[in-house]
Amino acid sequence: MTEHNVRNFNINFGPQHPAAHGVLRLVLELDGEIVERVDPHIGLLHRGTEKLIETKTYLQAVPYFDRLDYVAPMNQEHAFALAVEKLLDIQIPIRGQLIRVLYSEIGRILSHLLNVTTQAMDVGALTPPLWGFEEREKLMVFYERASGSRMHAAYFRPGGVHQDLPPELVEDIGKWCDQFPAKLDDIDELLTGNRIFKQRNVDIGVVKLEDAWAWGFSGVMVRGSGAAWDLRRAQPYECYSDMEFDIPIGKNGDCYDRYLIRMIEMRESVKIMKQCVNRLLGDARTGPFSSTDGKVVPPKRGEMKRSMEALIHHFKLYTEGYHVPAGEVYAAVEAPKGEFGVFLVADGTNKPYRCKIRAPGYAHLQAMDFICRGHQLADVSAVLGSLDIVFGEVDR
Amino acid sequence: MSEALNELSTYIREARASLVADAEIAYGELTLTATAENLLPLLTFLRDDVQCGFVSFIDICGVDYPAREKRFDVVYHLLSPRQNQRIRIKVATAEDEPVPSAFSVYPGADWFEREAWDMYGILFTGHPDLRRILTDYGFEGHPLRKDFPTTGFVEVRYDDNAKRVVYEPVELRQEFRNFDFLSPWEGTDYVLPGDEKAKA
Repeated sequence: MTEHNVRNFNINFGPQHPAAHGVLRLVLELDGEIVERVDPHIGLLHRGTEKLIETKTYLQAVPYFDRLDYVAPMNQEHAFALAVEKLLDIQIPIRGQLIRVLYSEIGRILSHLLNVTTQAMDVGALTPPLWGFEEREKLMVFYERASGSRMHAAYFRPGGVHQDLPPELVEDIGKWCDQFPAKLDDIDELLTGNRIFKQRNVDIGVVKLEDAWAWGFSGVMVRGSGAAWDLRRAQPYECYSDMEFDIPIGKNGDCYDRYLIRMIEMRESVKIMKQCVNRLLGDARTGPFSSTDGKVVPPKRGEMKRSMEALIHHFKLYTEGYHVPAGEVYAAVEAPKGEFGVFLVADGTNKPYRCKIRAPGYAHLQAMDFICRGHQLADVSAVLGSLDIVFGEVDR
Repeated sequence: MSEALNELSTYIREARASLVADAEIAYGELTLTATAENLLPLLTFLRDDVQCGFVSFIDICGVDYPAREKRFDVVYHLLSPRQNQRIRIKVATAEDEPVPSAFSVYPGADWFEREAWDMYGILFTGHPDLRRILTDYGFEGHPLRKDFPTTGFVEVRYDDNAKRVVYEPVELRQEFRNFDFLSPWEGTDYVLPGDEKAKA
């Protein structure tokens, strides 16, 4: 074949490729095995969440957040709850804060377990996902025991959490925390030193720190590049400032560092969970779990049966909802995937005027072209795995 | 926290008075208002100035106010990891008035501007590839505008005869129900009949 017959080759990666982590369509331009250009086509899972939220009251908007990053649902609700609470200027009692932190960390482990193990699957290992999913299933049972639902919890509501945790559940979470590090060791042993896993991940998808900031990266993606930046420490919300935990930081900014950070973060999350469990069984054993402001938080059912005022509040809050004073706020949490932010514009009525959801995966995925250029075709799935993409939040 | 914000706000206003139309602190957050022509110099200043250091790009989004002459707000969120501060910049624009693209300052603006174009029809000049992003191929309209109905205009289904997905005008079995629960009894700006006696 003469030279002028050689041309670049375009292939479609997805939308039904198992390594595409959902409904991602990548149009790849290849020069032999080398990726010349990546054009991600997204929006196949677009549901118009932001538009729907504008037509619902603040309480009705909560369940939409479960459906964004459906791997760690409560972390998303958390950002929305914080935004509404900022506008309403209400404080959450300590027991409510501890429950929130406890379940946020469960969410983090849920997400990291899925990501680490499926990333291993993307590069050829089948065992880790099977082991990881067993632990995820146990954690989802904790979700279910708290909220009644394995995934779509609608548990963190503006003002606190929906229901109190029974002490048996807290004890069971404590027991789970004791056995989990051993399971993590198993996965660690399979992957961390594994020759194939290292060959596929070390020095792949290297991102420099200034690029990471400019591309809007957050969470593990900037920590992997060496920034000591974690919203739980830098701009603490709830009672994270009382918790003791370390923030792992990478040196090289490659896929392997990001994997290591996720593994360490899971161990740190267990530490935080243990502290929450101890306090929930100790000094915060009793007490309110959500704000006592009757104009925002609906009364419990028992109260409703006896108190006229509670009955009126219940009726008003579940029909009209509460009015949120006009204003604009941005609230962000350190979700497992990075900074998950909610920009809320309230106009003083019972519905949000505008609710922009700033999803970390969206900012990470747009850099696919930037990261993958010049890599091999096989590296695309390794990079995609380490970006930690979930389409619920990218497409919204 | 708010003292540092105040300082930052005065610093920016003193250093770049001509670029900032207004600065306001509400709910512990700093909001700058700028015009479209001053946007890029302002963003570059915020990113490169040592005392600001807003190197981290967070978000761009549109907000629609149909009653206004310039109906859109383009809202930029930036983060300074060094100062541990956030900042919000608002630029008002009209339907046919483009805003300069922030892509040259923050490459991460790429998809966020495409989304603002897709959802609101806000134009960005200098953007390398201003295509639709979240909506369907061949979609018409800008769905997050306040005058766009929540139900949309078209629906899709797989047609067995045509052996492909077909688009049809949306047909609702039941009218879209938008319950207006806003209570007439709270926050009235008129005196309810009879109430004038209570005051006296």
